[in-house]
Amino acid sequence: MTIARIVALIGVLALASSPARAQISDGVVKIGVLNDQSSLYADLAGQGSVVAARMAVEDYGAAAKGLKVEIVFADHQNKADVGSQLARQWYDAEKVDLILDVPNSGVALAVNQITRDKGKAFIVSSAASSDLTGKACSPNTIHWTYDTWALANGTGNAVVKTGGDTWFFMTADYAFGHALERDVEAVVLKNGGKVLGKVRHPLNTQDFSSFLLQAQASKAKIIGLANAGGDTTNAIKQGAEFGIVKGGQKFAGLLVFLTDVHALGLEKAQGLTFTETFYWDLNEKTRAFAKRFAERNRGIHPTMIHAGVYAGTLHYLKAVEALKSDEGAKVIAKMKELPTDDPLFGKGTIRVDGRKIHPAYLVEVKKPAESKYPWDYYKIQATIPAEQAFRPLDQGGCELVKK
Amino acid sequence: MTILGVPTQALFGQLLIGLINGAFYALLSLGLSVIFGLLNIINFTHGAQYMMGAFVAYFLLQWAGLGYWWALLIAPVVVGITGIVLERTMLKRLYQLDHLYGLLLTFGFALIIQGLFRHEYGSSGLPYSMPRELAGGQNLGFMFLPNYRAWVIVFSLAVCLTTWYVIERTRLGSYLRAATENPALVQAFGINVPRMITLTYGFGVGLAALAGVLAAPIYQVNPLMGADLIIVVFAVVVIGGLGSIMGSIVTGFALGVVEGFTKVFYPEASNTVIFVIMALVLLVRPSGLFGRAS
Repeated sequence: MTIARIVALIGVLALASSPARAQISDGVVKIGVLNDQSSLYADLAGQGSVVAARMAVEDYGAAAKGLKVEIVFADHQNKADVGSQLARQWYDAEKVDLILDVPNSGVALAVNQITRDKGKAFIVSSAASSDLTGKACSPNTIHWTYDTWALANGTGNAVVKTGGDTWFFMTADYAFGHALERDVEAVVLKNGGKVLGKVRHPLNTQDFSSFLLQAQASKAKIIGLANAGGDTTNAIKQGAEFGIVKGGQKFAGLLVFLTDVHALGLEKAQGLTFTETFYWDLNEKTRAFAKRFAERNRGIHPTMIHAGVYAGTLHYLKAVEALKSDEGAKVIAKMKELPTDDPLFGKGTIRVDGRKIHPAYLVEVKKPAESKYPWDYYKIQATIPAEQAFRPLDQGGCELVKK
Repeated sequence: MTILGVPTQALFGQLLIGLINGAFYALLSLGLSVIFGLLNIINFTHGAQYMMGAFVAYFLLQWAGLGYWWALLIAPVVVGITGIVLERTMLKRLYQLDHLYGLLLTFGFALIIQGLFRHEYGSSGLPYSMPRELAGGQNLGFMFLPNYRAWVIVFSLAVCLTTWYVIERTRLGSYLRAATENPALVQAFGINVPRMITLTYGFGVGLAALAGVLAAPIYQVNPLMGADLIIVVFAVVVIGGLGSIMGSIVTGFALGVVEGFTKVFYPEASNTVIFVIMALVLLVRPSGLFGRAS
């Protein structure tokens, strides 16, 4: 091999391995919506999240700005192994640049790690565990919509302060349920309340009667439901059958979505109080979004998950355009640098630990007589200002936060 | 007084709850057993047919204003007829083949039916109210028993025992059993065996739909309600012994109780305990507790 050829080879190698200059990898920004498309979380996220991501790309005017964006989606079946495999395949073989949504904290924590290893980007909307911006925080992840700490802080505080000082937890037995129970328990204890008992039920449980009997026997004033989706609706529906509320106990639905209220019907859901960071009927902008969204999503109105997917995608595209690059960690860093502004959550910021900051709302489900039009379900009881809605930066144990 | 730290009073409550859930297992596994015993088909569509029963109840209420009691009567007939169509057009071609073919066909159908319902109605389910006559409940001292649950247990026990009686103790039942042993001979006696088999399948499917109507006021009417349940019910059938009528009834109730107690002592395992038992039973008695060794 001649010297000249060796030099040429080194030159080629150097070019190939030089840090990617500002550019969109393979000319396309590819976004993968990874969520539950077929089981208990499919209505609160599912296809609706795909619709929301598509709307964001259209509303951003990506095509007009010369940005080529492609959206793919897949069903992780609430299994961490399936989700991990899909994420790896997307990143390695299909050149996906960003993964969106990912309900089920178990799956989300796995995808969080994979995204970090592969240097890609991850925007979480559905998954709740506050560990995603705590001990599992990553320079490649942004947690957009809400988290277990915010739910505990909003609902837990409100319930304890109105006299609900003894609790019994019904907890979904996986990462999300455990995190939610832990965060709510901390709030209850801090406010002088007591936890009288807890039971951990498998994800996607049909019959709650046995657990309801245990909750009744505990004599706790509040039955805290540290679960979501179908588990929550089944527990509340069967709770009515077992006379939980008539017996003087109250449910605290710690994570309830608009679609759950719709499925339960106002008759059964009325009076439930819980925390949301988005409601479709907040103002003109949210109503306009909801109308367009519902037309494309079988009439189902957007949950806060869908709103988070929409707003997160919008902000991601802004950062990509500003950087002229879709390289994972850089885009996430840019997203944290740019202030956020979208029609659904208003103005906000993203903290160094990946936590998106915006206000939260304590809502109460209306009585059937109070509901005037379809999907008119909530009364806003209180607005928790953005700076109080989420866990203080220094308490999460995130390594990205400078001590 | 306590047992393993749980008050005995609470245990009585859990026993009763277990029996109620067992009632569903019994009703569903009974239908499976009848179908397997007489048609030799492992009916994997059973869960979907249970779900269809609940949906028919919902449709009757929404579209025709017919309440729970009508649904209890109409839904099994409607779903049973769809079963008959399935049997006439497709299943009957498979009787001579290995069990596997029937299993694959019915499993495929279950996926299609569930997929269609999910596409149309989403996965959160639809609300269905308790019939007014059965709302409320009784305070038994050791627990609060909703009237509806008491009704479920009484009604399904009655249906199970009647079915058992008809098949094991009546002339019609003896024809059915004879037709499974030797269809050609029974046909020679002037009995229309193919029609009898078709009606039997329709009846088994109707039982699934009946369980679906019973479940509608307790759970959400959900496209996936059958998929969640059917695997457990198959485990029940395997434990009881495939094709044994009494076996599936007794095992259904017994496993409901076992599962109920698991929810007290180790709730995390409540969705796996039945499969553990199934594995143990298969090790010791491969033909099931009540099955005849072939």
